[in-house]
Amino acid sequence: MATDPSASIALRVNGKDVEGRAEARTLLVDFLRDTLRLTGTHIGCDTSQCGACVVHLDGVAVKSCTVLAVQAAGREVRTIEGLADADGSLHPMQEAFRQHHGLQCGFCTPGMVMTAIELAQSAEPLTPEHVREGLEGNICRCTGYHNIVQAVLAGAAAMRQ
Amino acid sequence: MYRFTYHQPADLDEAVQIASSSEDGSYLAGGMTLLPTMKFRLASPSDLIDLGAIEALRGIAVEGGRLRIGAASTHAEVAASALVTERLPALTGLAGRIGDPAVRNRGTIGGSIANADPAADYPAALLALDAEVVTNRRTIAAANFFTGFFSTALDPGELVTAVRFAVPAQAAYQKAPNPASRFALVGVFVARHADGARVAVTGAGQFATRYPAFETALDTSFTPAAVAGVTVDEAGLMTDLHASAAYRAHLISVMAKRAVAAC
Ligand SMILES: Cc1cc2nc3c(=O)[nH]c(=O)nc-3n(C[C@H](O)[C@H](O)[C@H](O)COP(=O)(O)OP(=O)(O)OC[C@H]3O[C@@H](n4cnc5c(N)ncnc54)[C@H](O)[C@@H]3O)c2cc1C
Ligand code: FES
Ligand code: FES
Repeated sequence: MATDPSASIALRVNGKDVEGRAEARTLLVDFLRDTLRLTGTHIGCDTSQCGACVVHLDGVAVKSCTVLAVQAAGREVRTIEGLADADGSLHPMQEAFRQHHGLQCGFCTPGMVMTAIELAQSAEPLTPEHVREGLEGNICRCTGYHNIVQAVLAGAAAMRQ
Repeated sequence: MYRFTYHQPADLDEAVQIASSSEDGSYLAGGMTLLPTMKFRLASPSDLIDLGAIEALRGIAVEGGRLRIGAASTHAEVAASALVTERLPALTGLAGRIGDPAVRNRGTIGGSIANADPAADYPAALLALDAEVVTNRRTIAAANFFTGFFSTALDPGELVTAVRFAVPAQAAYQKAPNPASRFALVGVFVARHADGARVAVTGAGQFATRYPAFETALDTSFTPAAVAGVTVDEAGLMTDLHASAAYRAHLISVMAKRAVAAC
């Protein structure tokens, strides 16, 4: 199996087949940022608590700072860069964050949006309560969350249309 | 993180074999505890044996009247399981309130109990639900499984394959979560079995334990007032930056009352 110092891993990222070298100890977030140069996924902590690094792995929201790159081999990753259409039009959740001023500095935003999209896909109707609970693992130092909650509710409604 | 060799065995035998032949191997389940610990260099296994591809560790089923949850079942899978909701809704609620959604998408029951964090939620459920921990070698009663601060009865290389819970007539779990991590500042699991009540507390001491005084009180009268009448001794409880022993003792009483009321 994968041994150090580095091996080639192949996976699908945002709909494209990609390949790159990674050590066994390389975190998925570092592989995305440093090897694939997809720097939209952020690193905000080293305790797996802030959620700035959330991406979808086979459709499931995960903290990419707490998954090894080798664990994503042969699988499908979606990052914030993979949301907008080719013509640049934003994903409904991104558009809702823009409309509702769901960001200030924007550092937490990629993780917020990726978490919110998974939340919007759940079967239950979303209430502000659900949204606040669903964003439990995403920390924002700027907004006070109010506008993020509004954005997620609006984004979820738009996604369900 | 220090270097290690990564393995992804396809079955249990291979996983156990790699663990026994490696210098200082660790199993990797959800990685939600192990990987942060390795990032801090508080753990530096020579080999990581990823359990993610082993089918035998997955699945939730009813087996001989008990609810069997495979060790690699994620908190999200347990929280979403129709079978668990039907038989043991208290466990659905417990799993659905661990950490946050991304932690629940990866973290597993086997990893949680093998890690035996004194503030983890599952240990209280295992004790109150008279669970059996099934490993590759034997079956361990929950009562003998948690042996101390972050310690269990597991031998080196021993692999948890499943947890089998007894299904009581009624059960409820209440926790006062740490507002940052959601780990239990105090969590109380109450279960009403045919042969009597079982009450287990997590988060308060060095490891999860049963509270016989609550159980005796509940066997006389299964009411919140009965547990309210029991004085909780703060001796032996933890004092840390989150809460004093006295506050934890108070929370045990409050959470126990709420759990009985929720049964
Ligand atoms: C931000 C955050 C919040 C959290 N909040 C909570 C909370 O509110 N309540 C709570 O209870 N927990 C909480 N956790 C912990 C979480 O539940 C972890 O998922 C769990 O403690 C470890 O499970 P894991 O599957 O991720 O195990 P890993 O991290 O992969 O492994 C943990 C340990 O168990 C061993 N191990 C794993 N599987 C097995 C097995 N089958 N047999 C033998 N040994 C095994 C590993 O070798 C390692 O030593 C939180 C974690 C984070 C990061
Ligand atoms: S960087 Fe992953 S949770 Fe903070
Ligand atoms: S917008 Fe700055 S951290 Fe959330």
